Amino acid sequence: MLEALAQNLVYGILIGALYGLAAVGLSLVFGVTKFLNVSHGELLMLGGYASFWLFALWKVDPFISLPAAIIFLLVAGVVFYKLLFGRMVKLAEGDKIQNTLLVGFGLSLILQNLALQFWTADTRSITTAYSGAVFSFAGVRFPLVRVASLVIAFVLIVALQLFLRRTYTGKALRATVENWEAATLMGIDIQRVYLLSFVMGAALAGVAGALVAVGYSIEPAMGMSWTLKSLVVMVLGGLGSITGTFVGGIILGVTESATGFFLSLTYREVVGLVLFLLVLVFRPQGLFGVKEG
Amino acid sequence: MLKIENINAFYGDLQALWGISFEVNEGELVALVGPNGAGKTTTLRVISGLLKPRAGNVRLDNRDLGKEDAHKIVELGISQVLEGGKVFTAMSVLENLELGAFVGRARKVRDETIKWVYHIFPRLEERKTQRAGTLSGGERQMLAIGRALMAKPKVLLLDEPSFGLAPILVEQMFEMITEINKQGVTVLLVEQNVRAALELTNRAYVIENGRIVGQGTGDDLLSFESIRSAYLGDCNA
Ligand SMILES: Nc1ncnc2c1ncn2[C@@H]1O[C@H](COP(=O)(O)OP(=O)(O)OP(=O)(O)O)[C@@H](O)[C@H]1O
Ligand SMILES: [Mg+2]
Repeated sequence: MLEALAQNLVYGILIGALYGLAAVGLSLVFGVTKFLNVSHGELLMLGGYASFWLFALWKVDPFISLPAAIIFLLVAGVVFYKLLFGRMVKLAEGDKIQNTLLVGFGLSLILQNLALQFWTADTRSITTAYSGAVFSFAGVRFPLVRVASLVIAFVLIVALQLFLRRTYTGKALRATVENWEAATLMGIDIQRVYLLSFVMGAALAGVAGALVAVGYSIEPAMGMSWTLKSLVVMVLGGLGSITGTFVGGIILGVTESATGFFLSLTYREVVGLVLFLLVLVFRPQGLFGVKEG
Repeated sequence: MLKIENINAFYGDLQALWGISFEVNEGELVALVGPNGAGKTTTLRVISGLLKPRAGNVRLDNRDLGKEDAHKIVELGISQVLEGGKVFTAMSVLENLELGAFVGRARKVRDETIKWVYHIFPRLEERKTQRAGTLSGGERQMLAIGRALMAKPKVLLLDEPSFGLAPILVEQMFEMITEINKQGVTVLLVEQNVRAALELTNRAYVIENGRIVGQGTGDDLLSFESIRSAYLGDCNA
């Protein structure tokens, strides 16, 4: 019983790291541009398929091809931003939120259907020679690829944190999060900051997607659920806190698997939304966010 | 140095500025005074490029700023301090100052400029590692001005730097502004604290309902009857 519980906890943490990674991308874009990219989950799906096809067609190891998935999503991010989202950022706050929501929904439907057309509705996953590798500790099993994914997610979060804290560009991003007018008056070109944050968010989604493809499975319709989970985690972690968001992802992962364990798998998917509502009502600044003012 | 000509500016369909013209010469400390809602902030936003006018020109050293983006105007030498300062509260005092030197030309001389700013505002050096959100109102205002100075501006636009400060601090603030001006920075000062502003400045413009309605030296305006009754509370003057 105890071992099974521990096992559950470990699985929760492992998937939670990917929730965290995906959510950090969404949160970064939201924090800087103040619009919610509801096609974030589809960007994640694209990353998953990029990795999958590189492996299926050319046998490129999914961990080796991560940079390729990142570059693919950076390019896709630039295209989607220039074509769609970039046109909205100059609108007044309210219009901006509405219009980008609609554009995001549109893009998400288009990408989903294109994926369905080209790649069929089949569930896919990457099976490498080491996919089944597991190491055990105190009777608890640790699947190798998922542990590696957690490590990669963690490293990326730390790198992102360092970028935001140490570099001029990172500081410009944080300044824009707080007050875009004041940032502009520092001489910061916030249009470029918006583009940068959007493509960085896309790249983070891409990595998460590639890691999902190797540790779990992907399908064209996966985007919606990932967008929702990212949104839940973003609210859970609190805006503006990268580490908080990542930890929020792990909390969601653990809560989901605990719900599956103690209640039933049926409730697993809803528990995130329950958590979402509870946080919104009782702690709107998020678990790790600070109150405004 | 800074020349504003016939500016009409709008928020949506609402016209906020009606043919505003005035001038600030190199090395001057000029005040723009007027009641609430007169268009003082709007004028500064037009100069710094945050709001593009529908008609008229803003020129810096004869260069037309009309087509330039706001971030470019900072690079060209105009820095605006927003109403209330708007420091980056989640960052340290030092990080705020570093961001002030974001533009290439200022970044190169950043370390020297920081020394200069600390010299003008010693309080900022004492608080450099502190999160800006934990500063007092007066300290925030100093940080906001210091941050703007980090860009090494030719012209500094100040929007009500005395707002919300205790009277003793207001006096100190004005002394610091005079000091900054003496060090060679041209200053355009927006104030509601009309008497103090007029005592301080070489020249002043009076703005009402989006129009310039008066101008002159600070002393001239102080003795202006309409100004005295409207802004200085001297009804019996
Ligand atoms: N963002 C905005 N949208 C619509 N109208 C605005 C906006 N900002 C200012 N206004 C209007 O423009 C006019 C001028 O405002 P402005 O802020 O320039 O005045 P001000 O002289 O700075 O006043 P205060 O001393 O209160 O700061 C006012 O009538 C104001 O209501
Ligand atoms: Mg104002």
